Amino acid sequence: MSTPYAKLPAWADYGLIPLINLFVAFIVAGLVVLLIGENPFRAAAILVEGALGRGQAIAYTLYYATSFIFTGLAVAVAFHCGLFNIGGEGQAYVGGLGVALVCLAFDSILPWWLTFPIAIVGAAVFGAAWAFIPAYLQARRGSHIVITTIMFNFIAASLMVYLLVNVLKPAASQAPQTRTFLEGGQLPKLNFLFDAIGLTVRSSPFNVSFLLALLAAFLVWVLIWRTRLGYEIRTRGHSPKAARYAGVSETRIIIITMLVSGALAGMMALNPVMGDQNRLQIDFVTGAGFVGIAVALMGRSHPAGIVPAAILFGILYQGGAELAFEMPGISRDMIVIIQGLVILFAGALENMFRPSLQALFANIRPSSVGVEAKQGERA
Amino acid sequence: MGNAAIELIGIDKSFGLVRANRDISLKIPAGTIHGIIGENGAGKSTLMSILYGFYQADRGEILIHGEKAKIETPSDAIARGIGMVHQHFMLVHNFTVLENIILGAEGEPLLNTSIAKARAELQRLEREYGLEVDPDAIVEDLPVGLQQRVEILKALYRGAEILILDEPTGVLTPAEADHLFRILRQLKEEGKTVVLITHKLREIMAVTDNVSVMRQGALVATSKTSETTVEELAELMVGRRVLLRVEKGPAAPGDVLLSVKNLTVKDSRGVTMVDDVSFDLRTGEIVGIAGVAGNGQSELLETITGIRKAVSGTVTLDGIPIDLTGAADPSELRARGLAHVPEDRHHMGLVLPFDESENSILGYHRQEKYAKGPILDVDAIRNDAEEKIRKYDIRPPNPQLKTANFSGGNQQKIVLAREMEQDPKVLIVGQPTRGVDVGGIEFIHKRLIEMRDRGKAVLLVSVELDEIRSLSDRILVMFAGRIVGERAGDATEGELGLLMAGVDERETAA
Repeated sequence: MSTPYAKLPAWADYGLIPLINLFVAFIVAGLVVLLIGENPFRAAAILVEGALGRGQAIAYTLYYATSFIFTGLAVAVAFHCGLFNIGGEGQAYVGGLGVALVCLAFDSILPWWLTFPIAIVGAAVFGAAWAFIPAYLQARRGSHIVITTIMFNFIAASLMVYLLVNVLKPAASQAPQTRTFLEGGQLPKLNFLFDAIGLTVRSSPFNVSFLLALLAAFLVWVLIWRTRLGYEIRTRGHSPKAARYAGVSETRIIIITMLVSGALAGMMALNPVMGDQNRLQIDFVTGAGFVGIAVALMGRSHPAGIVPAAILFGILYQGGAELAFEMPGISRDMIVIIQGLVILFAGALENMFRPSLQALFANIRPSSVGVEAKQGERA
Repeated sequence: MGNAAIELIGIDKSFGLVRANRDISLKIPAGTIHGIIGENGAGKSTLMSILYGFYQADRGEILIHGEKAKIETPSDAIARGIGMVHQHFMLVHNFTVLENIILGAEGEPLLNTSIAKARAELQRLEREYGLEVDPDAIVEDLPVGLQQRVEILKALYRGAEILILDEPTGVLTPAEADHLFRILRQLKEEGKTVVLITHKLREIMAVTDNVSVMRQGALVATSKTSETTVEELAELMVGRRVLLRVEKGPAAPGDVLLSVKNLTVKDSRGVTMVDDVSFDLRTGEIVGIAGVAGNGQSELLETITGIRKAVSGTVTLDGIPIDLTGAADPSELRARGLAHVPEDRHHMGLVLPFDESENSILGYHRQEKYAKGPILDVDAIRNDAEEKIRKYDIRPPNPQLKTANFSGGNQQKIVLAREMEQDPKVLIVGQPTRGVDVGGIEFIHKRLIEMRDRGKAVLLVSVELDEIRSLSDRILVMFAGRIVGERAGDATEGELGLLMAGVDERETAA
C-alpha cells in the first residue's frame, strides 16, 4: 500500500514518458506559433529540416549536442548524490580558461593529439576547482549548493571578463579574447564521417570532442552503477541517513561528487574553445550549462537518456536558428520559448502523465509491473 | 443488530493491481467498541481511510446510522459525526490545546468568541468523559498520552458520534494505555461508537465488544470478543497456526563484549537525550532496553554504533574504545564485529530505490569480496544476495527487485540477513519487528535467539514490551534518557510498566 501505483517497465519509464512529454511540448509550442499567425506545421518542418535535413545541418546539431552531453552529465552526477549543481555554466566558463592556458602554452610545440589530453586535464581541473568552493561550503558549512553555485556563475562571468580584458588579450587587439591557437591547439573536425556515408558537409564545427563526450557518457555510467564510489554517491543521494549508517562520509562524498561534476562541466569548454573558435572568447558557453539541467532531467540522469536528450536539444538549437532565419514572424526569442516549453514538459512536469500511464499499465499488462509478487507475500 | 452505527456493504478498493480491500461487508452496532485486527498490509487502514473520506471505494456502499452516505472528503465524514484519531497525531506543536481543538472549526475571523465557546465546551467534555487536559498548555509540552487525549477531544468537539482510533497504543506506556481504555469504555457508556484498529491481540481482548479480522484485504471473520481466544484470532490473522511465545533455553552469559560507561548524549538543540548511562553486554545473552518511544533509546543506539557523537562517557567493544567524537567510521566498527539493525529501516537500514542485492551489501560494500579494485563485482554481489534470500526465505526471491517493493517483513529480513551473515560478535537491534506481520515476527525472534545461543551478544531496543519480555535475558528500562531500573527477563509487565512511566524503584519501595 505504500506504493499506490504500479511500477512502469523500464522502456515506458525511459522511452514512452519522455516521448509523450515531448509530443505535448510540441503541441503547445505549435499553439504558440499559431497564435502569432504562422503555420505550425511549416514551422515544425523547417525546424526538423534545418536540424537534420542535410549533412551540414546534422553536423551542427551534433556540435551543439556535444556541449550538452558534457553539461548534462555534470548535472546528472550531482543529482545522483542529491545535489543540484546549477553552476555548470560557470564551471564550463572557467574550464575554458584551463583549455586556453594549455593551448596557449603548447600549441606551438606539440601536435593536437598531445595537446588534447593535457587540455582535457586542464578543463577538468579548472572546472572541478570552480565547483570545489561551493562543494566545500555545502559539506562543511551547510551553505545551500543551489545558492552558491548560482552565485559562482556570476563570479565566473566577471572573473573571465576581467582576465580576458586585462590579462589574456593580446596587446594590440581590440577584442576581449585570446590570440587564435596554432595548429597544435586545434581539434580536428569529424566532417569526414559524413563524407563516408555520402553526406556532404562544407564546413562545420563538429569535432573530435564529440567522441570524448560519448566516452565520458560511458565512463559516467560505469562510475555511477558499477563502482564503489558510485554506490556511495547513490546511497547519499537517496538517503543521507543510510549513507551515514553505511560509513560514507558526507563531507567526502559531497566534495568528490562535485569535483567530478565540475570536471565534466569544465570539459564542455573543449568543444567550442579548442574544437571551433580556437580562442577563448567572452560568453562562449552561451547557456549550455543551463541546458544541461534540462538534458539531465529529460534523460532521467542516465547517460543512455542524456545522449539522446542532448541531441534533441541540439536539434532545437540548430533547427531553431534556421527557423528564426526562415520565418520572420518567429524571432530568436520565440525559439527560446519553444525550448522553454520542452524543458517545462520534459523536466518540470515530468510526473504529469506518469500516474495515468501507470494506472493504464496496471490494467492492461499486470505481469509487467511486478506487483503480484507483493500481494499475498508474507514474511 | 437493527441499530448499526456503521454499515459497509461490498467495499472494494484497488491501488493499481493491489486489491487493498475486497468485497468487505461489516455492521458495527451503535454504542459498542469494535476492534479491527490484521497484519500490516491487511487493509485495515485503507478501509478506515475510505470511511473517513481519504480514499474513495471503487465499489460498495457506506451507511451511517442506516442512512446512505457519500463520504468524499474528511469534512463529509466529520459532518456525519465520524472522528478519527490518527496513529501519528495531527497537532500543531506550538499551539495551545484550545487552539488545536478549534483549528479548522474556528467559525469566525476573530478568535476570542470561538475560544470562549470552545473553553466552555471543553469543560463539559472533561466532566462527562474524564478527559482532563489543561486547555492553555502548549501541545509540545504535554506527554504523548495527553496529546492523544487532545486528539480525542478534537474529534468530540466536532460532534463525533463514531470515533476511529488507528493503532492508538503504539506510543503509550501500559498505564497510559489502560487509561485510554477506561476513556473508551466511558465513551461507550455515553452511547458513542468506537472503532479500534490494532495489531495487538491483547488490546482487542481487553476492551472490545466485537472483533473483525482482516487478512489480505478481505474480512475473514467477525465475532463477539467474549466468544473467541487470542490463539484463534492469531490463526485467523496469519492463516496458519503461530507460536506466540518464543521458545528459548536459559542464557549462558560469558565475557563482557560491549561496555558502556557514563554515556551522555545531547541532540542538536542541546537537550540531553542519554543521561549518564552505564551497562555491560556479555556474550551469549540478549539484553533488552524497554521504554516508551522517545526516551533516548534511539540516541543510545546511534551513539554506540558510531553514527551520533557523545558528550561524555566511554563505550568499549571487546576491550577497545569506540570513537565517540562523531568521527567514528561505522564501517570500521562493522569490521570489528559490531552489526547494527537500525530502528529506521526505511531511511537508515535500507535505500528503498536500490535493488535488493544492492541493499544486501550496504555498509559492507567496501569489502574485497564485493569488488575488483574500484569496480563492484556485480555477479558476486548477486550470488551473495541469492544465498541470503534462500537462507532467510526472503520473498519474492528476486535480488534485482527494488527494495521498496518488498513487504515490511521481508525488508526487515533483508537487513537482518545482511547484518547477521557477517557473523558479528555484537548485534545491536532496534525495533526488529516494527511493521512486521505475525509470521515474520516469529521468524525474526527465532533468529535472534539463535544468535544468542551461538555465543553472540545481542542488544535489543523495542517499544513492544511483549517482545522485550519474551526475548531478553536481562531488561533495562529507559526513562528520560536514564536507565531507571534493571530486571530479569521474567519481570512482569506491571513492574516494567511502572518503570517505563518514570516511577522510581526506591520511591515505590518506600
